[in-house]
Amino acid sequence: MTSPRLPNRMAGSHPRILALDTATEACSAAVLTRERTVSRYLELDRGHSEHILGMVDAVLAEAGLGLGDLDAVAFGRGPGAFTGARLAASVAQGLAFGAGLPVVAISDLRALAQRALDDAPAVLSVIVCADARMQEVYWACYRRDPRGLAEPYEDGEHVGAPQSVEPPEGLVRPAQGLGRGFLSYPQLGERLAGRLDAIRGDWLPRAEEIARLAAADLAAGHSVSPEEAVPIYLRNEVARPARGGTD
Amino acid sequence: MEKAKPWRVLAIESSCDESAAAVLDEHRGLLAHRLFTQIALHRRYGGVVPELASRDHVRRLLPLVRGVLHESQSGPRELRGVAYTAGPGLAGALLTGAALARSLAYAWGVPAVGVHHLEGHLLATRLEAEPPPFPHVALLVSGGHTLLAEVLAVGRYRVLGETRDDAAGEAFDKTAKLLGLPYPGGPELARLADEGHAGALKFPRPMLDRPGLEFSFSGLKTAVLHAVRDRTLSEASRRDVACAVQEAIVETLVAKALRALEATGLEVLVVCGGVAANRLLRERLAREVHARGGRVHYPRLELCTDNAAMIAVAGLARLRAGEQDDLGIRARAQWPLESLRPIEP
Repeated sequence: MTSPRLPNRMAGSHPRILALDTATEACSAAVLTRERTVSRYLELDRGHSEHILGMVDAVLAEAGLGLGDLDAVAFGRGPGAFTGARLAASVAQGLAFGAGLPVVAISDLRALAQRALDDAPAVLSVIVCADARMQEVYWACYRRDPRGLAEPYEDGEHVGAPQSVEPPEGLVRPAQGLGRGFLSYPQLGERLAGRLDAIRGDWLPRAEEIARLAAADLAAGHSVSPEEAVPIYLRNEVARPARGGTD
Repeated sequence: MEKAKPWRVLAIESSCDESAAAVLDEHRGLLAHRLFTQIALHRRYGGVVPELASRDHVRRLLPLVRGVLHESQSGPRELRGVAYTAGPGLAGALLTGAALARSLAYAWGVPAVGVHHLEGHLLATRLEAEPPPFPHVALLVSGGHTLLAEVLAVGRYRVLGETRDDAAGEAFDKTAKLLGLPYPGGPELARLADEGHAGALKFPRPMLDRPGLEFSFSGLKTAVLHAVRDRTLSEASRRDVACAVQEAIVETLVAKALRALEATGLEVLVVCGGVAANRLLRERLAREVHARGGRVHYPRLELCTDNAAMIAVAGLARLRAGEQDDLGIRARAQWPLESLRPIEP
């Protein structure tokens, strides 16, 4: 059977994390260690379920690690496509429970914000607007913390019409608009133009930023048991109660 | 030489509105099985809401898995595989179980296999002390399926007849709804029917006058709708309507099951699925099948409705035969039963 698990002596400051994400058209997996990040990334309209475990297997193999060598499993917990966010949660549950690891759930909006902060060191805050379909966006605002990590503004994550997006008063500049909500609803960028220094509409969240954020969250004690690894949907009105037992 | 480890499998079911997990050992039998039903969640909607079902499965399945592993004292050392319901059913609901099961198997380094939900039902009686011999005729009647099949062996099924529209259990539930009974209604309709006067009303028995083994129940719903529409029914006439509905469904099921026995020349009938719990159906089948020198087998009641124990039976057989999935996680909302690969003994 498997060899006894060797404790990762770098746990804490440099934990080893497997991250996966299927909440949007992006399908990705990454392994983060002290030395490097190994990742796989695909954009697909559908079929994430067909690929994700193979991608997990590939990044572990390339990193030369087994699940037992890791400190945690991280996943993109949404908001995003319902089925996609659930797929990532279920896979994270299975891997983490099977290997006896904790789980770190990372917001897909925050993961996308992190990508922008890493890409442009001058950017200090980000408004992320992901396309939520049905003429709505999932949105949230983040600022760069002293470690360079995306820290959410206090008002949290929202779902709503593009015209409902309202960045907080103290949004620090330079600020960037980010996410496919800006592509799908051009009026969004026009309305916020005076408060943004740049807009980047093509990016999607990726597992490598999820791993990076998860390493910090894990060190801060923000992990959950595999059973608690569930998606965040934001949109919760999915059915209407029937009329009085008839119909 | 070290003796081969016995086949012990974990199974997960999530095809509709029940989350379930089970552990089955080839020698020691069913070691644990647990289930959480979402009936209360869906009641206010008058039916299963697929998205809500999926949302609940992703919360319920892993605690159930942990429970059956603990109860059966099984871990990665004892388990040789993981089985899960891959279809048919609600795509999103199936995917939660498939993803959890496939990933668990990956983490444990054991094979995983996707099981056909109806094969599970057809094999549920393998868990009884005296399982029915092959070949036999199976009548699978539930809220989602109505099927007559010739069961030749594990993995070899010939579909004799299916419903063209509503399933038998669905007909029970839908007419119960017309009578104002709370969802899911079928079992309650049966209770109400037991107090009614047989023969006070008569509803059509679609497809009964024609040869063949196909079913159709949607006409019954329409007939009941006409009977109850624009009227305030007295308690007594509600009971009579319920009684007539049950009569129509049971008579149809019994007649077709007998026809299937006759057509195949077989003597043993297996009845499975949630409607197999119906008292009138059991009485009639006992009388009619025994009168012809045959016998009827049922799974124990808790294994008539959806469960993971039956998925473990089918999964264990397939895993032991060397079947296993690759790393793709797949759910099949539609999946013809006859497309299954036979299992070599």
